[in-house]
Amino acid sequence: MTTEALARPLGLSAALGRLREGTALPVTVVLGIIVVVWYLGAIWLNAGLVEQRLEQAEKPATAAEFVCTAWSLDRPVLPAPHQVAIEFCDSVFARDVTSPRSLVYHAYVTGSAAFVGFAFGTLLGILLAVGIVSWRALDRSLLPWIIASQTVPILAIAPMIIVVLGNVGLTGLMPKAVISMYLCFFPVTIGMVKGLRSPDPLQLDLMRTYSATPPQVFWKLRWPASVAFLFTSLKVAIAISLVGAIVGELPTGAQEGLGARLLSGSYYGQTVQIWSALFMAALLGMVFVAAIGAVERLTLRRMGGTT
Amino acid sequence: MKTGVLAIALALAGAVASLLLLESMSPTLVFWMLVGAVAVVSWIGLERLACIDKPRWIAALLVPGLFGLLLLYLWQVLTVGFEVPAILLPSPARIGHQLANNLDLEWQDFRQTFLKSVLAGFTLGSGLGFLVAILVDRSPFLQRGLLPLGALVSAIPVVGIAPIMVMWFGFDWQSKAAVIVVMTFFPMLVNTLAGLAAASAIERDLMHSYAAGYGQTLAKLRLPIALPFVFNALKINSTLALIGGIVAEFFGTPVVGMGFRISVEIGRMNVDMVWATIAVAALAGSVFYGILALIERGFTFWHPSYRQERN
Repeated sequence: MTTEALARPLGLSAALGRLREGTALPVTVVLGIIVVVWYLGAIWLNAGLVEQRLEQAEKPATAAEFVCTAWSLDRPVLPAPHQVAIEFCDSVFARDVTSPRSLVYHAYVTGSAAFVGFAFGTLLGILLAVGIVSWRALDRSLLPWIIASQTVPILAIAPMIIVVLGNVGLTGLMPKAVISMYLCFFPVTIGMVKGLRSPDPLQLDLMRTYSATPPQVFWKLRWPASVAFLFTSLKVAIAISLVGAIVGELPTGAQEGLGARLLSGSYYGQTVQIWSALFMAALLGMVFVAAIGAVERLTLRRMGGTT
Repeated sequence: MKTGVLAIALALAGAVASLLLLESMSPTLVFWMLVGAVAVVSWIGLERLACIDKPRWIAALLVPGLFGLLLLYLWQVLTVGFEVPAILLPSPARIGHQLANNLDLEWQDFRQTFLKSVLAGFTLGSGLGFLVAILVDRSPFLQRGLLPLGALVSAIPVVGIAPIMVMWFGFDWQSKAAVIVVMTFFPMLVNTLAGLAAASAIERDLMHSYAAGYGQTLAKLRLPIALPFVFNALKINSTLALIGGIVAEFFGTPVVGMGFRISVEIGRMNVDMVWATIAVAALAGSVFYGILALIERGFTFWHPSYRQERN
C-alpha cells in the first residue's frame, strides 16, 4: 500500500514533467496569452466606438456593460475572438458550399489557383535546377540572375500579369496560377541545386567505378539525394504560392477568392469578414504545408530514410 | 579565353548591327538569322568564359552581366521584331524612356514607399524580432511555445493583414510600416533563436570556465555565432518588406507611392509606367539586398563560407 501511495504522486509529477518537456503546454500557454491580449486589445481599440454608442443610449453604463458592448460591436475596430469564430463557423458550416457567401467556396477558388501554380512552378524549378547542375555555363550565368530575381518584389507585378493575361483572354484561375508559379519556382530551384549537389565526392567516385552513365548517376544518386531538400523547398513554395494567389485577386476587382473577400471587407469596413477571411487563409496555408509534410514522411519512409 | 572574348566581341557587334537594322527596316528572314547567330555565338562565348576561374571577377560579375545583356537584347529584338503589343510586354527601350521622362515622379514614389514605409517597418520589425528573441531565449518554456507558432506563421499569408492595418493606422505610410513590422518580426525571431542556440556545449563550457556571466557569454560568444542567422533573416526581410510596402498600398494610400502608381497606371492601361515602377522597385530591392550582403561580409568575415573564397 505504501508503495502505491508513493507511486501515484510520482506518476503525476512524471506526467507533469513530460507535459513541461513537450511543446503542447507551452504552445497552449502562449496561445492563451495571445487570446487574453486580444480581448483586452478589443476593449482598448473599440473604446471610442463604444463611448459613442453609450452616449446615444444616454444612460450611465457600468464597466461590465462597457466591456460587453466592446466585444459585440457590429463593425468594431478590432473584433473579439469569439465574434471572428462565430462568423468563421457561420460562413464555413452554415452556408451552402457553392454559394458566394461561403468561405469554403472562396478558399477553394484561391486554393486551386495556388495549387495549379505550385505544380507548374515546382516543375519549372526542378527543370531549371537540373539544367544548372548539368551545364557549367548555365550555372555561372543563370544562377546569379535567379537569385537577383528574388530581390525583386515580384508580387508587385501580380496585378499587371492579371490585366495582361485578361487582355489575351485568359481569366479566372490561370492568371493567378501564373503568378503563383513565378513565385514558387525560386525556392524549388535553389533547394534542388543544393540537393542535386549534395552527394559527396566519395559517392560520385563510387558511381564512376561502377562506370555509371550520367543519366544513371542522376537517377540513382543525385535525384534520391535531393528528395529531402526538395520537400523543404516545397513547403516554402506552397506558402508563397498561396500569397501569390491572394494578392493576384486584389487589384482587379475579382468577385471570388480570399483576396477578393479581404478587399470587399476593407471597402465596406466589415472587419469581422476580413478577420475570418484571414483565418481561412491561415488555415489553408497550414493545411497545404501539413499535406506536403505528410507526403514527405511517406516518401522518406518508402525510401528507407531515417526520418 | 581568347575564343571566348572573340565570340563575345563578335556577338556584341552583331547585336548592335541588328538593333540598327531594326530601326530602319522591318525584320526579314536574314535578320532573324543574324539574331539567332548572335544568340548562339554569345552562348559559346559565355560557355568559354564560364570555365575561367581566375581572376574571380570574370565568373562572378562578367558572365552574369553579359548573360543579362543577352536577355535584354533578346527581349528588345523579339518585342520590336514581332511587334508585340506594348500592353502585353513593352520593350526595354520604351521602359527606359518612360523611366527617364518621369524621374521626378518615380523619386516621389520611391521616397514614400521605400524611404518612409519600408525602412521604418524593416528597422522596427527586425529590431523587435531580435530583442524579443534575446528576451525569450532566457526562458526555455516561452521558447518552446513560440517556436512552433513562428513556424506556423511562415505558412500564413501575412500580407492579408494590410486592410486591417490601413483601418487602424490610416492611409499614410504608418499603416504600411505596420504591415511590414508584422511581416518581418517572425522570420527575425525564429532565425535569431536558432542562431542563439547554435553555440556548441564545448564553447559554452569554455566561457563558463572563464567565469563569464550571462551578459559576457551573450556578447562574446553567442551573438557573434548567431550573426549569420541574423543576417539571413535580414536578407529575407528585405524582400518581404518591399513586397509588404507595395501590396499594402493596394488597399488605400495617399496619391503617391509605388503600389499606388502600379494600381493606378494599370487602370489607365499605361503599362510602360508600371514596368518603369517595377524597374525602380527591382533596383531598390537589389541594392538593399546588396548592401545587407556587404555588411554581412564585414561582420562575419570569419565564417567558413567567406574564408573558403580567399584561398
